[in-house]
Amino acid sequence: MALPEQDAATVADYPEVEDNSNEKKRQLKNKIFKGIFFGAVLFSLLMLLILLVRIFTQGIGFLNWEFMTSFASRNADEAGIQAAIVGTFWMMVVTAPVAFVLGVGTAVYLEEYAPTNKFTALIQMNISNLAGVPSIVFGLLGLTIFVRELSMGRSVLAGGLTMALLILPIIVVASQEAIRSVPSEMREASFGMGATKWQTMFRIIFPAALPGILTGNILALSRAIGETAPLIMIGALTYIAFLPDNVFSQFTVMPIQIFNWTSRPQEEFHFIAAAGIIVLLAMLLLMNSIAVWIRNKFQQRF
Amino acid sequence: MQSEKKRDTMLQTEDNRSTNQVKKETSNVYKVDKLNLWYGKDQALKDITLDIPEKTVTAIIGPSGCGKSTFIKTLNRLTEMVPIVKTSGEVYYRDNNIFNKKFSVEKLRTKVGMVFQKPNPFPKSIYENVVYGPRIHGIKDKKVLDEIVERSLKDAALWDEVKDRLKENAFGLSGGQQQRLCIARCLAIEPDVLLMDEPTSALDPISTLKIEELVQELKKKYSIIIVTHNMQQAGRISDRTAFFLNGEVVEYDDTSNIFSSPQDQRTEDYVSGRFG
Ligand SMILES: Nc1ncnc2c1ncn2[C@@H]1O[C@H](COP(=O)(O)OP(=O)(O)OP(=O)(O)O)[C@@H](O)[C@H]1O
Ligand SMILES: [Mg+2]
Repeated sequence: MALPEQDAATVADYPEVEDNSNEKKRQLKNKIFKGIFFGAVLFSLLMLLILLVRIFTQGIGFLNWEFMTSFASRNADEAGIQAAIVGTFWMMVVTAPVAFVLGVGTAVYLEEYAPTNKFTALIQMNISNLAGVPSIVFGLLGLTIFVRELSMGRSVLAGGLTMALLILPIIVVASQEAIRSVPSEMREASFGMGATKWQTMFRIIFPAALPGILTGNILALSRAIGETAPLIMIGALTYIAFLPDNVFSQFTVMPIQIFNWTSRPQEEFHFIAAAGIIVLLAMLLLMNSIAVWIRNKFQQRF
Repeated sequence: MQSEKKRDTMLQTEDNRSTNQVKKETSNVYKVDKLNLWYGKDQALKDITLDIPEKTVTAIIGPSGCGKSTFIKTLNRLTEMVPIVKTSGEVYYRDNNIFNKKFSVEKLRTKVGMVFQKPNPFPKSIYENVVYGPRIHGIKDKKVLDEIVERSLKDAALWDEVKDRLKENAFGLSGGQQQRLCIARCLAIEPDVLLMDEPTSALDPISTLKIEELVQELKKKYSIIIVTHNMQQAGRISDRTAFFLNGEVVEYDDTSNIFSSPQDQRTEDYVSGRFG
């Protein structure tokens, strides 16, 4: 009951702000910038929408079970994407574990074990720079080292390893951030009980950082699935009439298959390419959703 | 008196079993001799010399930034987590030079538990929090672990509140409960010394009271060194008090003397609230 009285007192304490022209100017400025930012968002959304509509109207008619289960063909009606889907999966079988082990291992070393000196700083800087290197350069690296020097040929193994290198910097940086986000109080608590570095790492820090690490890994993998240039470089095939059955098989992947279809003159192939893009997009969307789900469900709020 | 003796023999047998023996001749848990500590170029501790008796509560008081946390973190060598830290001087834990390579830091921290200013349970269940220490020291037997959980939680006056929800995440506890869980987690490895860095500063008065009562109870078995900003708290719970100022020990005496008849003018000013 005393509340209204109190309110009145508070209001009386602050004299009303003069509504002068300076105030109006600031409000106007505020509105203009809000408009500009909203416009930017609208523009990107519009572009995305146009792209999606175009792809769906072109591709949806060709998207059927037969398309998913047929090999590529000279004949647009019979062409399918099966070899590319299976090829993409095979490549992930190589890329995912290699990139995870190397990337997370590097992150753990840099965050927990590396001494703070010039050499560590140099490594750190180079990892950040590597993330910005054009993917075609990684293709060149893969071609020289895996395909030629280690004579793996144009195999799933060579392609998968190249992709692992490509996404390594992203995984390292994301994992480092996840590890760093575990508060130092956790470390102090564990060390304070006589735990060794390894015990602290393995039992406390790693489990707490794992959701972040996994999210980073999945997002990096979805980048690898969409990459084309490095695989063209190492010579993944565009026409394959068999399914890869081990890591030494030759293979193709979805973006290469799509690229191949779009570069043909016949219009039907462009529609098939659109159908392929829908499949690829669905896969990426699924992976990103899983990443977001993991982040929301398991991320600890400290 | 009797229980103290029992505890001593318990400790002794425990020590004889371990390879890295803890010598135990004096009744001081710590002997600090001309301890200096630098963060890079900034000196945070200056020529600290004091003895800390066992089975007493020793309070460390002083204004913010005077080096209280730095001092007690040196006692279990947690300051080493900061790479730029350099120390000189000696610190003896029960006649073992803690900076000596032969006395492993893990061994030291097993004997010297620490409770922090901000409750810092692990993001695990209540049960897993308590058994963390025993587990890392190799205890696997489920029955033994269960017993440790019950005993530690009872000693930390938390058992009745959590006994039905041991599998729940510790983050679901209130701040005061979390802090008592952290104390239970320390007690689970049966330390000799408990270091407490402002353990009640993040807590409400009732939780604070609970922890103060707990400290009184725990001092029968453990030697406790507690940092506090709260003068009344130091007066209520401690037997000895050290007043720190700018990295130095200005005065170290029985708590009653520090509060009733301090020798140094600066101590008198501080405890009477004239600066700080
Ligand atoms: N990690 C660090 N790096 C550099 N300087 C530090 C670090 N930790 C503490 N210091 C410095 O050492 C001095 C003592 O700090 P300390 O934390 O021990 O003070 P305190 O007495 O515990 O203060 P408070 O009562 O605020 O907790 C301060 O001057 C502080 O700036
Ligand atoms: Mg402090």
